[in-house]
Amino acid sequence: MGTYILRRLIEALIVVIIVSVLIFVIMRLLPGDPLTLYINRNQLDNLSPEQMQALRVQFGLDKSLPVQYGSWMLGMLHGDFGHSISYDLPVGQLILERFPVTLYLGILAFIVSSILGILAGLICALRRGGTLDAIVTSVANFGISVPNFWLGILVIYLFGLALGWLPTQGFTSPFEDFWLSTKQLIGPVFCLSVFPIAGNSRQTRSSILEIVRQDYVRTAWSKGLSERTIVIKHVLKNGLIPVITLIGIQVRFLFSGSVLIETVFNIPGMGRLLVSSIFAQDYQVVQSICVILGILVVLANLAVDISYGWFDPRVRYG
Amino acid sequence: MSEAKDIAVEFTDIAPRVSEFRRFSNVFFSRKIVIVGLVIILGLIIVAIFAPLLAPYKPDTINMEQSLLQPSGEHLLGTDTLGRDTLSRLIYGSRISLMVGIIAVGIAASIGMTLGLIAGYFGGMTFVVIMRLMDAIMAIPMIALALVIAAFLGGGLKNVMIAVGIALMPMYARLMCGQVLSIRENDYVVAGRAIGAKSVRILFGHILPNCLPPLIVQMTMMMGTAILTEASLSFLGIGIEPPSAAWGSMITDGYRYLLTNPVLSFAPGVAIMLVVYGFNMVGDGLRDALDPRLRGML
Repeated sequence: MGTYILRRLIEALIVVIIVSVLIFVIMRLLPGDPLTLYINRNQLDNLSPEQMQALRVQFGLDKSLPVQYGSWMLGMLHGDFGHSISYDLPVGQLILERFPVTLYLGILAFIVSSILGILAGLICALRRGGTLDAIVTSVANFGISVPNFWLGILVIYLFGLALGWLPTQGFTSPFEDFWLSTKQLIGPVFCLSVFPIAGNSRQTRSSILEIVRQDYVRTAWSKGLSERTIVIKHVLKNGLIPVITLIGIQVRFLFSGSVLIETVFNIPGMGRLLVSSIFAQDYQVVQSICVILGILVVLANLAVDISYGWFDPRVRYG
Repeated sequence: MSEAKDIAVEFTDIAPRVSEFRRFSNVFFSRKIVIVGLVIILGLIIVAIFAPLLAPYKPDTINMEQSLLQPSGEHLLGTDTLGRDTLSRLIYGSRISLMVGIIAVGIAASIGMTLGLIAGYFGGMTFVVIMRLMDAIMAIPMIALALVIAAFLGGGLKNVMIAVGIALMPMYARLMCGQVLSIRENDYVVAGRAIGAKSVRILFGHILPNCLPPLIVQMTMMMGTAILTEASLSFLGIGIEPPSAAWGSMITDGYRYLLTNPVLSFAPGVAIMLVVYGFNMVGDGLRDALDPRLRGML
């Protein structure tokens, strides 16, 4: 298990480095000079070539690309993410303010979708062909098809404007006002979870159906074990392996979804910062956010791989 | 309970072989939901092709006197701020969605499958380089990646299709690579190599055709994902330029009038959902009909 984890760790590190190179290259290939933006924003007209050069040196734009990449990475390792041109603030500070919001939203959606999705899929598989199965399965089929930002608009319209049960916009820290914060989060968490709930339940249903047909499950039944024991000890442990893979993949979907959901519900998180920074051509912010999101997704995949090795020993030696 | 089922399974095993196509169509058309999906997709294609005949008005005729009308006999789904007929814009929008689906998936599948084929067949360093690069692309959340690429390329329909294609590409590479890895150990591949067949011939003559079933399923489902991603980009405002009638940007436009004219953003959302649903259901059906073992993998 130790070497397995070590191998996965090294692979994850390599992927993170490639992500950062990829993002850096895309950003540097973008049309336009980052300096022009800075000059326009600060209304520094008629700069002499010498002053331009001084600014270039100040932002490190005079150095070669590999050196720029190196100093960017070195800075990131020290917690220095660079300077945002559009906000005129350190990027690290901008992200630090918004990161907990996105993470909180993501973790809530992750918990909700994992529990509800697996539970729904399990019930469907165990009661296959019943009314409940039919209803849940068809709802799940729509759940993987609905655009989540549009669902957000529906929720705002129905529960916010028409019924007035939920606030339509915004975010409050749960430490400030827990009740308001929870009310504000019901809509976003619901919209963010719909796709993964549907995906998880479809996946759980089909892999459990596969497992209940296995010989060892029949043996367990004929031994006279209770349904509870069979489901928990024999069916779930094997049936959840593909689901864990899917849950790992869904971390990426959750961050993807938060870009949209934060925009719809006006939540000051990293997703919305990313969108506004792209429109403001604030590339320092964009590249830092992309790399941070990349690292989080890689970490999630790492966790999945490791738990995979634990659930299914065949993987470790494969 | 399973006793009777097992006997039934054995019976079908020794039953006379039906043709491959017959078996495929028997399974494929046996589920009502798959047929519903098929009808939706056919409907989308017909609407997209015959948009000028079906649309009651031109999608971009501005008529400020008829701005923000509620649904009526004259305008079934009302009009937007500029007095354009919502139904007509919806009908013309089907063209964009269908085109994005086909072209983005085409880009993703052709590049991704080629890379996966190469990585899986040659193995070694080629495998490591290609697959780590794919892992890196997959690590960046899809909407973020597509947004960055589309912004980098400068927006517009063409660039959105390229961005969505690149964002979806790694999934094909991964799937293809896995397929190749399992197929290249088969006897017929070894035999091909033994009689001295060239790599290209083995790759395209023997391995590729046998890899296809899961990739076809993936392509069908990815059409839905591509359409959703394009709609998301248009919703965020980076996708299709304003005069075009893209469903995603219609939702954004309508969002501002949610209180007075909710149908403006409701209708395009329903259209997106139905179309994506259609592709997903047909994908499910194809998966069950082509290879039931894939259930749970795709």
